[in-house]
Amino acid sequence: MELTVKKAKLWMEALNEKIQKHKEYLSELDQAIGDGDHGVNMARGFQEVMNKLSDADYATPSDLLKDVAMVLMSKVGGASGPLYGTAFLKMAMATKNKEKLTEEDLTLAVEEAIKGLEQRGKAQLKDKTMLDVWIPVHHYMKQNSPIDWGNLEATAKGAMEATKELLALKGRAAYLKERSVGHIDPGSVSSYYLFQTLAETMKEGDE
Amino acid sequence: MTNVGIVLISHSPKIAEGAKELIEQVVKNVPVAAAGGTDTNEIGTNVEKILSAIDQVYSEAGVILFYDLGSAMMNAEVAIELAGKGNIRIAENVPIVEGAYVGAVESGMGHGIEQILESLGKSFKK
Repeated sequence: MELTVKKAKLWMEALNEKIQKHKEYLSELDQAIGDGDHGVNMARGFQEVMNKLSDADYATPSDLLKDVAMVLMSKVGGASGPLYGTAFLKMAMATKNKEKLTEEDLTLAVEEAIKGLEQRGKAQLKDKTMLDVWIPVHHYMKQNSPIDWGNLEATAKGAMEATKELLALKGRAAYLKERSVGHIDPGSVSSYYLFQTLAETMKEGDE
Repeated sequence: MTNVGIVLISHSPKIAEGAKELIEQVVKNVPVAAAGGTDTNEIGTNVEKILSAIDQVYSEAGVILFYDLGSAMMNAEVAIELAGKGNIRIAENVPIVEGAYVGAVESGMGHGIEQILESLGKSFKK
């Protein structure tokens, strides 16, 4: 299965819907261990993404992903702006000029996004950040060809839930030290939505 | 010769503006720009604001960016990448108010960017 421009747009639409719907939940999670603005910031950012995408045509998924990145970086005030912005920018750069992205292309794109996130956030696995979802998902993609998108979603979900027991070492939650344990990381939840909606979009089959 | 410019990146527009005021009361010959808050002046940081602040104080002498909390530093890094100019540096692990004050005083004395960064590193060593 391949990701076309049309599907990339459907993916962003689905992700935006998911984020708008769970905006309060994301902010609640962030109120527990952060500054409480994750839901509001993501909702605002992805609404702006939708505004941008709705009246634009793209030759490649890469061009579309690049615009997503630029909007998120300039419109989201919290850490999610530069982080998701970097992730989408790296995915765009890794897939430049390709009209359709194969599963291998997507796996590479996710790998590059992870490198960008590690560099930008100075975080690693088990720091209780979005990387705790991205890294296991990438591992799954690399180990499974063809990708079973249902299993990929389950991997993302399990990884997201596992952040609950971790002690935060990066981000605002790190100031709370032991008090961060017992709460799911909000960035891992929005990352789960990202992979959940990607899986749903890919499962729809090629048009 | 122009002095090294100072950019104050805070989640709060008031902190950025306040620190600028504090510095300008004492140091008159150093360009200082505030980049606080989001594009709608809410709590957060904004890459475009940081870029425009860099433009305001940029010279060959360079610019040092001071930030308050983690994500402000990430946006500072993004801004440096987008600015595409040399000699823009981040004062890492330095408190924004005291750090920018020390940086501005040193810049006003005509110190170069490397010398200022080194001195900040020493002043705020943990």
